[in-house]
Amino acid sequence: MTLGRLRPALAGLASVPLTLLGLVLVTFLIGRAMPIDPVIAIVGDHATPDVIARVRLQLGLDDPLWEQFAIYLRNLLQGDLGNSVMTSHPVTADIAHFFPATLELATAAIIVAVLLGVPLGVFAAAWQGSRFDHAVRVISLTGQSVPVFVLGLLCLLVFYVKLGIAPGTGQLDVAYEGMVPRVTGMLVIDAALAQDWDSFWDALAHLAQPALVLAYFSMAYITRMTRAFMIESLAGEYVITARAKGLSAARVLWRHAFGNIAVRLITVLALAYASLLEGAVITETVFSWPGIGLYLNVSLLNADMNAVLGATLVIGLVYLVLNLLADVLYHLLDPRVR
Amino acid sequence: MLTRRTLLATSAAGLAAPAIVGAADAATPKGAVVQAKGIDDIVGGFDPAQSYEFSNNEGCGNIYRKLVAPDPVDSSKLVGDLAEKWEVSKDGLTFTFQLRRGVVFDSGKPLKAEDVVFSLQRVVKLNLTPGFVLTQFGWSSDNVEKMIRATGDYSLEIVLPVVQATTFVLYCLSATCGGVVEKAVALAHQTKNDLGNEWLRTHSAGSGPYKLVEWSASDHVILEANPHATVKPRLPRVVIRHAADPSAQFLMVQKGDVDLARDLGSDQLKSAATHADLVLQKKPQLTSMYIGMNASVPQLQKVPVRQALKYAIDYQAIAKNITPNLWTVWQSFLPDGTPGAIGDMPFKKDVAKAKALLADGGYPDGFAITLDHFAQAPYADIAQAIQADLASIGVKVQLQAGERKQVVSKMRARQHQLALVTWFPDYLDANSNTQAFCANPDDSDASKLKILAWRCHFFDKELTDATDAAAKELDNAKRNAMYAKMQRDFMQRAPFAMLLQSAEVDVLRKGVSGLVIGVLPDYTRYAGIAKA
Repeated sequence: MTLGRLRPALAGLASVPLTLLGLVLVTFLIGRAMPIDPVIAIVGDHATPDVIARVRLQLGLDDPLWEQFAIYLRNLLQGDLGNSVMTSHPVTADIAHFFPATLELATAAIIVAVLLGVPLGVFAAAWQGSRFDHAVRVISLTGQSVPVFVLGLLCLLVFYVKLGIAPGTGQLDVAYEGMVPRVTGMLVIDAALAQDWDSFWDALAHLAQPALVLAYFSMAYITRMTRAFMIESLAGEYVITARAKGLSAARVLWRHAFGNIAVRLITVLALAYASLLEGAVITETVFSWPGIGLYLNVSLLNADMNAVLGATLVIGLVYLVLNLLADVLYHLLDPRVR
Repeated sequence: MLTRRTLLATSAAGLAAPAIVGAADAATPKGAVVQAKGIDDIVGGFDPAQSYEFSNNEGCGNIYRKLVAPDPVDSSKLVGDLAEKWEVSKDGLTFTFQLRRGVVFDSGKPLKAEDVVFSLQRVVKLNLTPGFVLTQFGWSSDNVEKMIRATGDYSLEIVLPVVQATTFVLYCLSATCGGVVEKAVALAHQTKNDLGNEWLRTHSAGSGPYKLVEWSASDHVILEANPHATVKPRLPRVVIRHAADPSAQFLMVQKGDVDLARDLGSDQLKSAATHADLVLQKKPQLTSMYIGMNASVPQLQKVPVRQALKYAIDYQAIAKNITPNLWTVWQSFLPDGTPGAIGDMPFKKDVAKAKALLADGGYPDGFAITLDHFAQAPYADIAQAIQADLASIGVKVQLQAGERKQVVSKMRARQHQLALVTWFPDYLDANSNTQAFCANPDDSDASKLKILAWRCHFFDKELTDATDAAAKELDNAKRNAMYAKMQRDFMQRAPFAMLLQSAEVDVLRKGVSGLVIGVLPDYTRYAGIAKA
């Protein structure tokens, strides 16, 4: 029974609200513990005491902490994340504005990472100990070890500053600003939908660098995991049996060895994708990519706590959903739980 | 070769929150001027009744016009902007303005007295951050409709509840909050009796050369020419790209991704000065950098100790070595360019004198103290220089770096000991800074005036009374003499070491001209900018 196999995964669903509650609580408390007066962040250094007192009252900051949290939770359950001080917009509207850019970046990165990372891991395992294997291990170790901001900055230095073959940071050249009608919020897709090919190529050129940097970071992880799974799988008796039967090397490799790790890889890929959405904070800052990471970063520096809480919640939710999705797929596809 | 300088420049390029745009060596569009500027200070948008930070004040200055404005050449003189002429009654209480005809909003409707009256009234009624600029005259939501009223389509009358210096009133009307919005448009977009505040944060309804097209927080601002403006902009579009870091801005202007960079540091300016494709444009600004000493700290209660610290600092060395071009030594609380400012510089580094003063104050062996400062350049370097200077007289300074808002929050809570911070006037009249630095009528936590003197527990009745008296003095010569005395008294006994005054140095691509940099951000004008 399909439902029966999904039961353990669905049980995980019950923990989602609790995890989100914990996330909101911790972020809320950190926000209140910050040594920046949130009222000053709103009204500025020159505001008079009566203006400050009025805003403090409006924000409910004189209420007990638990009461402030309860009010935030009540509004949250009604889909109201409050207004951003910085942008003056509802945080939900800001998230709808900024999140598609993150989704675009992370999706482009995960596609590249999977297309390169999985074959590299498979062949490195198949040719274990060869020069190719050593090269792949060095590449993946570097990707895992070098901080993503260093990699991003080096890319900008080489391709933008020195070679001049890539655009700088940002999502679009100033000449194309405001030209593409917003449909999905993902500029490459929106430009294609509008058949505005100049904007399309410009957006794609701007996407390339941050996506490749993120892809490298993610590919390193995928390659290492694929290689480890494959080495284990290739040593299995079913692989020896398949070889003994005289099957071709390719069939043994892909059908028998890879086929048996595919299920485990799904979890790896889902977590890699989730960490791209979450870890894009730094890449977005380096490449000035107007996504949820940059929004979170700037909001934090401005003590814009509604925005910080909202963005954190969205990132946490995405992580949980992808994790859950991986669990569901695992239970659906793994023949051992049938 | 990968040098540390290039790596730093590139790091900055990346770390600057938003966009360096375009492919390498791409030119900016012909009909637009593209600026690189840190605009993450914009909080709350572009409603003149709410705007209070540098970048939105500058935007408002190009979108909205006011009754009067400082002369762009000599800011100590006021000229009519929307006002063709004005008269002040002999008792100084009633101001009568005649408006120019032919001024048109971007909607195409003519600007009339009812728009001016509505705009000033809404600043008082909303009473947001800049509201005090007008409410300090005694206007409130209860009386403002009677005291600021239209007397015809193109004439209006402003009555003061109590007498105030005429220039003080006029300079306040020239502040950002004096910007005139179109009444009908603001009311058409009103929600919850906010007089259009929410809508005007992200839209505009002005009669200036530009209108607001788009503001994306910490990313960009786009302005487009107001088709009905009396002063037609030479370039129809202004794009301001956010770049938080000076090195990033330098890279952008070098590569031609922007036409001008607005916030370069001293290091970049030095390089830019020798760059064949770049031109520098400089204008002194009214921001003061100072050390606020908390007089509740026992050592700092002693006037000789305050003086000792002032004599221990090597002002010229800081200006010359750390902030060349951008900050110059200025020791008065009224920055140069403010009407009434004096140029006295009584303090120079004198270790022997400083030590003697310290002994006079009862601390011959010095003491230990903390100094809060902003973490970013140039404040961290200046703080270190001050730490070394004070160490030479035996005062051991522990530096505490923080985010700007963190340091300000701490100072507002009066929890600092020493704080290296900045301040800029809200309007050009001398009263703005005088009130901030000198006036503290009530040092308790319940005070209604918690500006800089209060934040440092500087409770000086003579200076507080003098601030009030000068604000009400109708004779300008007498008034300036009062400010001169206050500045000298303040230098000697106040717990503030006034260090430096800022300048704005912009870097323009060769062929870009016509930018007018104001002494305050809302006097900066884009309309004359052209590209060869």
